[in-house]
Order: sequence, then C-alpha cells, then structure tokens
Amino acid sequence: MHLSTHHLKRAYSTMRRIREFEERVNAEFAAGHIPGFVHLYSGEEAIAVGVCMHLEVDDYIGSTHRGHGHCIAKGCDTTGMMLEVFGKADGLCGGKGGSMHIADLARGMLGANAIVGGSPPLVVGAALANKTRRTDRVAVAFTGDGGCNQGTIFEAMNMAVVLRLPAIFVIENNGYGEGTGVDYAVGSKDIAGRAAGFGMPAVAVDGSDFFAVHEAMGAAVARARSGAGPSFIEARCVRFHGHYCGDPQTYRSKQELADARQLHDPIAAFRERVLAAGNLTEAEFSSIDEEVLRDIDAAAAAAHRSVPPSVSSLTTGVYSSY
Amino acid sequence: MPQISFRQALNDALRAEMRRDPAVVIIGEDVAGGAGGTGVDDAYGGIMGVTRGLVGEFGRERVIDTPITESAIVGMAAGAALTGLRPVAELMFVDFIGVCLDQILNQVAKFRYMFGGNVKTPLVIRAMFGAGFNAGAQHSQCLYSFFTHVPGLKVVIPSTPYDAKGLLIQAIRDDDPVVFLEHTKLYDQEGEVPSESYAIPFGEANVLRDGGDVTIVALARMVHVALKAADLLASKGVEATVIDPRSTSPLDEDTILDSLSATGRLVIVDESNPRCSVASEIAAVVAERAFRDLKAPIRRVTAPHTPVPFSPVLEEAYIPSSDAVVAAALDVMGWSR
Repeated sequence: MHLSTHHLKRAYSTMRRIREFEERVNAEFAAGHIPGFVHLYSGEEAIAVGVCMHLEVDDYIGSTHRGHGHCIAKGCDTTGMMLEVFGKADGLCGGKGGSMHIADLARGMLGANAIVGGSPPLVVGAALANKTRRTDRVAVAFTGDGGCNQGTIFEAMNMAVVLRLPAIFVIENNGYGEGTGVDYAVGSKDIAGRAAGFGMPAVAVDGSDFFAVHEAMGAAVARARSGAGPSFIEARCVRFHGHYCGDPQTYRSKQELADARQLHDPIAAFRERVLAAGNLTEAEFSSIDEEVLRDIDAAAAAAHRSVPPSVSSLTTGVYSSY
Repeated sequence: MPQISFRQALNDALRAEMRRDPAVVIIGEDVAGGAGGTGVDDAYGGIMGVTRGLVGEFGRERVIDTPITESAIVGMAAGAALTGLRPVAELMFVDFIGVCLDQILNQVAKFRYMFGGNVKTPLVIRAMFGAGFNAGAQHSQCLYSFFTHVPGLKVVIPSTPYDAKGLLIQAIRDDDPVVFLEHTKLYDQEGEVPSESYAIPFGEANVLRDGGDVTIVALARMVHVALKAADLLASKGVEATVIDPRSTSPLDEDTILDSLSATGRLVIVDESNPRCSVASEIAAVVAERAFRDLKAPIRRVTAPHTPVPFSPVLEEAYIPSSDAVVAAALDVMGWSR
C-alpha cells in the first residue's frame, strides 16, 4: 500500500461523501423534493476519487450527466451542490444548471454535461490552454461506455494526440449506455484497445478497485505533466442505480441487481483491504462515516431551508454584455 | 486612408489583436498554411488566404493547424475560451456547422447561463458563407438565422472592409461567444480602412444611404445589392434609406424603427431562405413595434425555400437581385392608407 494514512483517509472520506450524497439525493428525489432528471454515481466512486486524488485545484476535469461524483472528488462544495440539485438560489449555479450542469471553474470543474460525449472536445481545449500558458497542468475527460461511441470523443482523442496535449481520457465502463449493454454497443468489445489505435497509451483497469485506478492515473498524469501527451484509461465498474432516478431497470436481471452492491462495492473493498493491511482502524473508518453523514445531513437541511431563485434572475447571465 | 481588401482587413484585425493579447490563438484547417506537407510554410493562409503571414509572426503554438475535425476544432476552442484563452476558431464554410453544432448550440452558447453567470467564454467562430461561386448546396448557405435563434451567441455579419476590421476586433475582445460570418463574394472587395485598431460595437446598425420614401434593410453582400437598387430607385424618383444592421444578435431595432417612422415603408433583403429568417424577425419586430408607422405591407426579398443550386443560371435566379429589390420597393410605394 503506497499511500500515506492521510491519503488513505482522504480517499475513503471522499468516496464515502459521494456515496452519502447520492443516496441522500435518491431519497429526496423519491420523496418529490428534487425536480428534473438525476443520474447517480453510486458504485463508481473509486474512479472519480482514484483519478482526482492526482489532481490539483487548477487541473481541469470535464464530466458527464452522471457528474456528482466527479464534482465532489474535484473539491466542489457538497452544500452548494445539494442546493443546486434542489434548484435553489444559492446553489453552485444559482439554480440555473441543476444536477446535469453543476460547474465550478474555481475548482477546475468544467461542468457536468448532459450531452453524451459533449465534454471531451472541451477538455482538449482546457489541455490546450494549459499547454499554451506553458504550465504543467492537465485536463481529464470523464466519459461513459455509452459516450465512448460518440464521434466527439474520437475527434477529441485524435486532436489530443496530434497536438500532444496534456489530456487524459477516462472511460467509466459501467456496462450500460442508458439501457443498452456495452458488449452490444461497442463493436470491438474492447474500448481500451480501440483507443490505443489513436496512438496513445491505453489501459483497462478494475474501476471498483481504488488502488488500480489510482495507479493507472498516476502514470497518465506523469506522462501528461511531462509534456509527453495524452493517455486513456478504461475503468470497468458496476452502476448500483438505474440510468436515472426512477429507472425500472427491466434490462438488468434481478440477480445482477442483487449482486451489484454485494459483490462490486468499491468502498467496502477499500475498507476491507485497508483494514486487513492494518493501515486504518474500524474506529477511524467509523469516525469518517459519522463526519460525512453530518455534512450531508447539513447539506440536505440547508437545501430544504433555502429559497428558490428570484424570477428576476430568469433573464440575467445569458451574456457578459448585450 | 489606405485602400485594402476585405480579406486584408480581417488579416489586419487578427494580427493587431494577436500582438495586443497573447491569449489570442487561431485554430482551424490550414490556417497556418497546412502542416505535414512537402511545400513551404505560411504561403497559403487557409482557403481564402485570410490568415496568411500570421504563423510567421506568431508561430505554430498560436496559429494552430488542425485535422478536418470540426467538433474538435470548435469544442477545443470553446474549452480553451472557458479556461483563459481567447481563441478564434475557423470553421471554413458555415455549412459545416452540421458536424459540430452540439459544441456551439449545447455547449459554448449555454455555459454562462447554465453555470449561473459565473464564467466567460471569449470565443470567436469565423466562417464564410453565401452563394455566388457555384459551390453547390453544401458550400453556399446563409445560416445566420440558426445562430441568431440561440441565446448566448452573438452573430456578426460585416459588409465592408471597414466594418470587417472593426467588428472582428470587437469580436475578439468580446467576452461572449461570437459567430463571425464572412460572405465569400466580399473577400476581394476593397475599401478605406484605417491602419490603426478600432472596434465597432455590436448592435449598432450602419445607415449607408438616407432617403425619405422607403427603408431597405440588408445584410452582407445584400447591402451592395440594396445600394445598387437604391441608385436605380433614385433614377425613378424614389429615395431609399439603406440600413445594414451589421449584427443580428444583438439587433439594432431602434435604427430601423427610426427610419420607418419617416418612410412608413419597409423592404428587407436577405440572401437566406425565407422561413424563420432574419428577414422574418425584422418584419415581426416592425409589425409589433411600429404598426402605426406602416403605410404598406412589409416586403421580404429573399432566396426561395430551396437548397442553393449549382448551375450558374439557377444560382443567379436563386440570389436576390437589385431588380427584385426595386420591384418590391416600387410595389410598397404603390400603397397608401
């Protein structure tokens, strides 16, 4: 185990925070308190955290419609996020974005993105800005296995290779693009192998294993920061919830759904491994659990308390000047 | 004042802004003159030669040749704009928005609003447009009404070398995404252009001719068609005001309405297809805000509701002519109420 106790605590705490956030959002959505469409990240926490543990505040990430985990891992304030998901005035985007458009440029978070495959070209642009300014900052594009079939990511990968940009493409392969299985939708059945054809290092890792993701990302970040160009990581994982909150998931068997949390929980696996190695104690884990739960309770309470945006804000913020 | 071409005016604007601000970069196909070939660098400057000579001064890190990959060109420029650069992306023909529209429509146009007004996206997308080169249905369209429809975008359409320079400088300095459209038939047009830098604000129409009988509103190449029509009308005793809005978003409604309060008659000349066009928008604005001033129905002179044809005979019939503008103006002169 190559991480310090401090880093192990941080990794666990961030994964735990994502899980508690998502499960609370799920409950609040079911109770009718959250408008719109919500897509939950539970089961995929090891990817966002394994990747973002390598990033500084001024590195950039671009996200997907399933973006809460990326936001939290990149350091976005969970109360500001909860308020945004509730559509409140003091949400991170003033209630104008919602779950699918949470962004926080000050944290290097370029936005959740409700267009599947929408974000990789933008991330390549952030990588270009980093390179043009001669910094060693990097930019990471999260996409799903559904998004990996979009032409936008092929164009983005080629551009990143051609211009040798500090970009990292992370494909979260959770097995389903909405309700369609990855082995049906990806002709070659090998996402990482296909990416290698663009001319960059491409690996496939177990996305339920924080340490595997963390190690793969370490190599990709080092390569990008050194000016050697982009890399590609396919992280295979299991989505606990449906495509969206309320999805009846008729396309998955009951057995598969039961197995998801039992056999593929990245947080349980992390805890078990770290306990076995004697790096953290049960008491330390429990103390983190309690702290995270307090924060999420407070965020949800604040979201219930706070006011919606003033109708006068409807027409503001379209342009800088007009 | 030096006489230079529309093409050179654009080149001057790009050069001046790149000297002024190191965050300005140019991204597109062949903009640095092509890469990876066996010929010389910097002799081409893109298909219209607008960026010729810039890579020699600013280098390939700021004048960036890309593959033919419009989603990545526009998307990369949008992402770079979001993170501190001030990119000018070149789409070549505006018809190619079909292969990158998402990055414009759903991404860069909406960032500021979706993200709560907290971000700037200083992006310019340059593209050429318009019929007249027998380039066929996929290289000749006027799609400015598409962009004008989208909140978050600004849409700018110069008609003279002077306006081309001043509006492009403004576009590069602007903190919002600007779609900057250049009519293919205007690149060789010459005009007086100051050698120093100047910015022309958006939303300020240019009144090119003053007349008390009829108001003619026209964009881009149609401004010159309208000016010729105004000459022909003057020979028949009808005096026309010719207004070039210069930007369709924002649109200077007041200059059009002011003129209408004097003339009471409006002809709009628009090279694009008529349905949901900028001509339709201007007609709607006038019908709503100046109904009392109107002495005659509003007339739109536009292309027909067809793709742009290839054969020169058909293309000539497609493009609105000065004769058609004269006929429309004489028609509205025949009304009274």
